[in-house]
Amino acid sequence: MTTSTPEMPVPEVRSQLTEEQAPRQQRKLTRAEKRAAEAKTKLTSPWATGFAIVLAVLWTIPTFGLLITSIRPQASIQSSGWWTWFTNPEFTLENYDTVWNGSTTAFSTFFVNSIIITIPSVVIPITIALLAAYAFAWIDFRGRDLLFVAVFALQIVPLQVTLIPLLNIYVDIGLAGSFWTVWLSHAIFGLPLAIFLFHNFMKDIPRSLVEAARVDGAGHVRIFFVVLMPLLVPAIAAFTVFQFLWIWNDLLVALTFAGGTPNVAPLTVRLAELSGTRGQDWHLLSAGAFIALVVPLIVFLAGQRFFVRGLLAGGVKG
Amino acid sequence: MSDTKAPAKTGSTRDASGIPLSKPPGLSIGALVVGVLMILLLVGVVALIVLSFFDAIPEISWPSWLVTSTQTYQKFGLMFFVVGLFVVVMGAILLMVDSRKRVPNWVVVLAFLGPMMAMLTLGLVWPAISTIIQSFFGRSPWYDQERSEFVGLDNFATLFTQPEFQIVLRNTLIWVLIVPILALVIGLVYAVVVDRTRGEALSKALIFLPMAISMVASSIIWKFVYEYRAPARPQIGLANQILVWLGQDPYQFLITTPWNTFFLIVVMIWIQTGFAMTVISAAIKAIPDDIIEAARLDGVTGLGMFRYVTIPSIRPALLVVWVTITMTTLKVFDIVRTMTGGNFSTSVVANEFYTQSFRQFNFGLGASLAVVLFIIVIPVVVYQVRQLRLSEEIR
Repeated sequence: MTTSTPEMPVPEVRSQLTEEQAPRQQRKLTRAEKRAAEAKTKLTSPWATGFAIVLAVLWTIPTFGLLITSIRPQASIQSSGWWTWFTNPEFTLENYDTVWNGSTTAFSTFFVNSIIITIPSVVIPITIALLAAYAFAWIDFRGRDLLFVAVFALQIVPLQVTLIPLLNIYVDIGLAGSFWTVWLSHAIFGLPLAIFLFHNFMKDIPRSLVEAARVDGAGHVRIFFVVLMPLLVPAIAAFTVFQFLWIWNDLLVALTFAGGTPNVAPLTVRLAELSGTRGQDWHLLSAGAFIALVVPLIVFLAGQRFFVRGLLAGGVKG
Repeated sequence: MSDTKAPAKTGSTRDASGIPLSKPPGLSIGALVVGVLMILLLVGVVALIVLSFFDAIPEISWPSWLVTSTQTYQKFGLMFFVVGLFVVVMGAILLMVDSRKRVPNWVVVLAFLGPMMAMLTLGLVWPAISTIIQSFFGRSPWYDQERSEFVGLDNFATLFTQPEFQIVLRNTLIWVLIVPILALVIGLVYAVVVDRTRGEALSKALIFLPMAISMVASSIIWKFVYEYRAPARPQIGLANQILVWLGQDPYQFLITTPWNTFFLIVVMIWIQTGFAMTVISAAIKAIPDDIIEAARLDGVTGLGMFRYVTIPSIRPALLVVWVTITMTTLKVFDIVRTMTGGNFSTSVVANEFYTQSFRQFNFGLGASLAVVLFIIVIPVVVYQVRQLRLSEEIR
């Protein structure tokens, strides 16, 4: 599997590095090619190649098996393994149709819910965190460092600690079981990491840039939008990808605040429920799982470069 | 919070000294309004928490379109309404603060930090305090004046002495010990092996893809691999089919204790290895050429290079990966819940928290489980922060 692919140009591989290393790339390019030529001195033995291939296959087969299953007719799924598909190929989209439109599964409804939950839950914390990070980096006020450390420390609060008191407040103000609770919760839980990430970026921006704008008479708001925002695009992209995947794939928060109702619950909740109640209906589970993973997969492939950085920074999130 | 009011003076002096006095005198009324509104917001959040505590919040009848949307167009309408409202409110705040007239520093600080402080107080600070207190109380909510009872450390005693909870703690320990190490080792070896080979990008993507898949979907993918059928029937799960091909009896991977926990752990390793591999791979590529060149001149090759050059050079990356995966593993919930529901002695702390809180409605025990999670996390994070500081100093 690994050997049959065309040779990747070196810059393509390099693009997975983080931006900090970017300036050094040009200088190292020729050396890297030299090293590639000398790669034989490294661990390249038949054993190593064999290990890589076995691992790649091992990592891919489970997903591949479920993908094949999702396009086989229900009767075949129950009576034979998916590997028999190679000798007896069959193709149907009926499973997807049943899961998407069927009255008992209705994944289309939950797919919509996932979108409705995800978009505001990404937009709101990013905006608020950008403002807060700006204040922490560029506005002088007493107690700033203390407050920043406090916000940073909140990153470690596990979600589990916050769920029940928060749910209790939502119930008291009559919002329980609505989108509002899920939006607000996700926004809150995403804030500490976002502030930390953006603050790290902002304080690396040269002070002279901000000072110059200030001398020109720009207020904080103008400095924020005109000077800083363009420089923050990579950080915002990183957090967007990270937060998007986190929310789309989240089960715990949705389960707690949205419950299982078709009005609010996202795909993950429905899928987990289906796995519990109809654990043998593999024609539904396989198609359902692929419907749930197609959107994060696209987002992930589009923003892979940024995602790694978001992950690195967000290791301690809830 | 009280700190924010003081620097008004600092702001004006700095204005006088550092910045040309292009602004006309006179306070901006709009900015003052924003400042007052932000103070009201913060006071409001505190009031909400207090009122909720005393169960004194009057019934609010929200317009139904705000809270219940059954049709798709209603949902999208509500979403656009929320995003629009948010943008308008934030825009208005910023516009008013950016007045041509003089704006006190405390107003600017509050406008930029107020929403964040209100949200974190409501959603993290207060709930964390409340849960910690709850962990010393019995089944009922601690603020329930009639039924709450203080039990001291009984909940924690239960966790550490009752056999069923000891299993939960033991399982969590097994997860936390095994997942990071195996993910790290496999990721490291894979990263080294595929480094600068043909098709590196693709072979890395194959390992990394599970990171994008939700843990629920991953669990379903693996549940299918482990699917069990009675020996007489054709197997549909790959793992059991392989056993049958090898002449063995099919095996109940998810039900037979104690090994079922390890088969759940496989799923987590499957997810986390890609992360480890990607970070390590980036670190390997960042090793300076001169080090490798020097080692080569000294006659170091192959495994020696790996042992004496690669490993010491990427040690910081290895630590970060290890800490990160440990944190994620500690809080694993989705996998256990989807694959076994915590049955067959596979429960872990995060799953047991959910069961106790939302199935058994034993809030005291649930809270103490959450607090245990909190306590285990703290040293790991302190360690991570110190590493982060170190790496920043070096940079």
